[in-house]
Amino acid sequence: MTTLVETETLDLAARFPGSAAVDTRPGYSGWIVNKDRLVEVATALRDEFGYDLLSHVTGVDYFPDKMEVVYNAYKTTGGPGVLFKVQVPRLDPIEVPSVTPIWPGAEFQEREIWDLYGIKFTNHPDLRRILMWEGFEGHPLRKDWHEPFYEEDFKPLKSRWPDGKYVSAEDKNPYKDNLQFPQNFDPAKVTLDGEAPLYDTLQKYTTVDAGIKTDHIIVNMGPQHPSTHGVFRAAVVLDGETIVSLKPVMGYLHRNHEKIGERNTFLQNMPYTDRLDYFNSMSNNWGYSLAVEKLMNIKVAERAEYLRVIMAELSRIQNHLILIGMLLNDLGAYFTPALYAFEERELILDIFEATSGTRMMCNYHRFGGVSRDLPEGVLEKIRGLVEDRLPRKADEFDRLLTENEIFISRMKGVKVIDGEDAIKYSVTGPVLRAAGIPYDVRRAQPYGIYDRFDFDVALRHGGDLYDNYLIRLDEIRQSIRILQQAVKQIPDGPINSQKPQYQVRVPAGEAYGRIEAPKGELGYYVISTGKPNPWRYHVRAPSFMNITALEKMCVGKKIADFVVILGVLDIVLGELDR
Amino acid sequence: MTDNKELNSPGYEIPEDLQHAVSITTIDRLYNWGRRWSVWPMMFGLACCAIEMIAAQAARYDLARFGMEVMRPSPRQSDLMIVAGTVTKKMIPAIVRLYNQMPEPKYVIAMGACASGGGPFKEGYNVVAGVDKFVPVDVYIPGCPPTPQALTAGLMKLQEKIDKESIRKVRWYQKGADSVELPIPVLGPDLMDPRRYNEIRVLAAKPAEPATESKA
Repeated sequence: MTTLVETETLDLAARFPGSAAVDTRPGYSGWIVNKDRLVEVATALRDEFGYDLLSHVTGVDYFPDKMEVVYNAYKTTGGPGVLFKVQVPRLDPIEVPSVTPIWPGAEFQEREIWDLYGIKFTNHPDLRRILMWEGFEGHPLRKDWHEPFYEEDFKPLKSRWPDGKYVSAEDKNPYKDNLQFPQNFDPAKVTLDGEAPLYDTLQKYTTVDAGIKTDHIIVNMGPQHPSTHGVFRAAVVLDGETIVSLKPVMGYLHRNHEKIGERNTFLQNMPYTDRLDYFNSMSNNWGYSLAVEKLMNIKVAERAEYLRVIMAELSRIQNHLILIGMLLNDLGAYFTPALYAFEERELILDIFEATSGTRMMCNYHRFGGVSRDLPEGVLEKIRGLVEDRLPRKADEFDRLLTENEIFISRMKGVKVIDGEDAIKYSVTGPVLRAAGIPYDVRRAQPYGIYDRFDFDVALRHGGDLYDNYLIRLDEIRQSIRILQQAVKQIPDGPINSQKPQYQVRVPAGEAYGRIEAPKGELGYYVISTGKPNPWRYHVRAPSFMNITALEKMCVGKKIADFVVILGVLDIVLGELDR
Repeated sequence: MTDNKELNSPGYEIPEDLQHAVSITTIDRLYNWGRRWSVWPMMFGLACCAIEMIAAQAARYDLARFGMEVMRPSPRQSDLMIVAGTVTKKMIPAIVRLYNQMPEPKYVIAMGACASGGGPFKEGYNVVAGVDKFVPVDVYIPGCPPTPQALTAGLMKLQEKIDKESIRKVRWYQKGADSVELPIPVLGPDLMDPRRYNEIRVLAAKPAEPATESKA
């Protein structure tokens, strides 16, 4: 059994006698920390032991007796991380101290745990629901909370399998729809204003100047706004054009990924991961298969490792191309630069389609390998792309944009975030590297076969919008380097180390698989109880973490810059809201 | 252009030397012909399908061939709402509001499995199983996500539908109000459709059935 983190180097039990103990459950690792000393332990981990990047926080419902909050921290200098947990009895009110004062990046994650698990974080600056709306009934990820279309706890559902009968979910629900209401509920009596708590948290101001009293303006950008890249919304308080306060509002695409994922069998989750960051289904698959392969303790077939790298890097290139194209959309150069970006993207999607059968939702990985080998002629196509067409594309963007005067005057000097703050807020991916922190999971803790390739971690030091654009071009070039090596080295052989199977056997335990997705660190925290379905399936989505710092990034800047900052943050709503 | 020939509907004899300049047709035909080639979709993406919608706008698939390249960010200038992605309970009030803000004549395309019926996320507690529970849908496009070709085929189906309309019969040229506003759903303990308030009250008063309502 591979352990999740190596705990030998760190002895929390010696540092905090009686308050920290090794997690001894079979298949588990890390530390169980006493709730009352959590803040102390977390502070020590950050300051004394150097775990400065809080990777993720999530809840687990060990129905019926306890709830657990899981923290996972890493060093930005690389290496394995530390996993620590707090356990609390499953009796409302469930309270755990907040670590937001130590790692501000925990803010939205703790709000999410409150929303979905009903765990209250004491000392949290702004504990509101985040994905569901204020006034929603219940905490959906609790194991005893059932959605309106609930049939049974685990799939495959007995009513459908093995006979393949289909029963319309609507027919089973008294409301004939995806609805449930409390007993004796009367809709006419609902008076709650779900928006009021949001507006209360916005920082207000009034200035009195030369006898004229001015007031704040609240602008809601989204959820339907052409520059928010989907159904994202930001409530902004403006002083003239300057942003005074900003709160992101999300959940407009919350499609219950994790709840559905805990009903599904392990393999059934694979196509769902495609739909997280829908530009990069190939890399999404990887994170999940990595976590489950850790649990199963299996090796990946050699050829499949190369196929994974090839697909993930192609995916990264098309993601960054789209980002640059769409960024220009946001800057007002409507659609012409996007057309340049889509040209090569179509060629990459052709490769995906030829290999996996679909353009976007590839569903390509299997535990131990991939689902299909490259069809005849595709490797030559990839070779043509990476040796010739894509390098020229990067140069073309260079010529088209890098020295464009309007572009520079909009982008240069507008700081997104500096390195220190970026680490505090758990920002990862190109945004962190543009701020001068060379943190790339492919190097910090190599997965797959990335240790075999010769490439540089792209790095820029300014942290402004312009650097955030340049780093994407750098990364495209580095990906091309990796691809050139991979295409040369790829061996023949089987594409899966396991037999094809619908139901995989996953031993009990926990695993965290993380990869460097084009948008940042993408991680999957999976808990198995030995059954065909995961007990807990959590996605650490880079878009969601990076957006935590949005207010920090935008306050004091112009409203027009907000649009561009959101553009370089590269959020995707499927992953942000899950 | 073959349009002259297409327009010539009742089949009057036109001298050959005038055929490129003169058409004899009906008002309906002329009106529909004008509209079918200038459907302006609203720039409105919800999820994955929106990316394929953008790809359909780009050079390879080029929706401009059908007069549909003019994406309007404002509902006030749009004729067509392409619901591209999963419709959630949190989002549906905004979608209904946008639909109400569009001027008549207006059409709705449900693009993809989610918008048509919930798709892979149907069982989710925050998912509306099909946008047609709230706004009337003209064309459904299957797929997850539909390819740009499928979207184009769906748009051409819509053009066929426009062709069959008659000025005398369409709702928005009848007496009375031009536009019928749909009631906007409200977010309470769950999503509440104002048209169903009474029904909800009656059903909620019934004792809970253990199979579906076992909320601990």
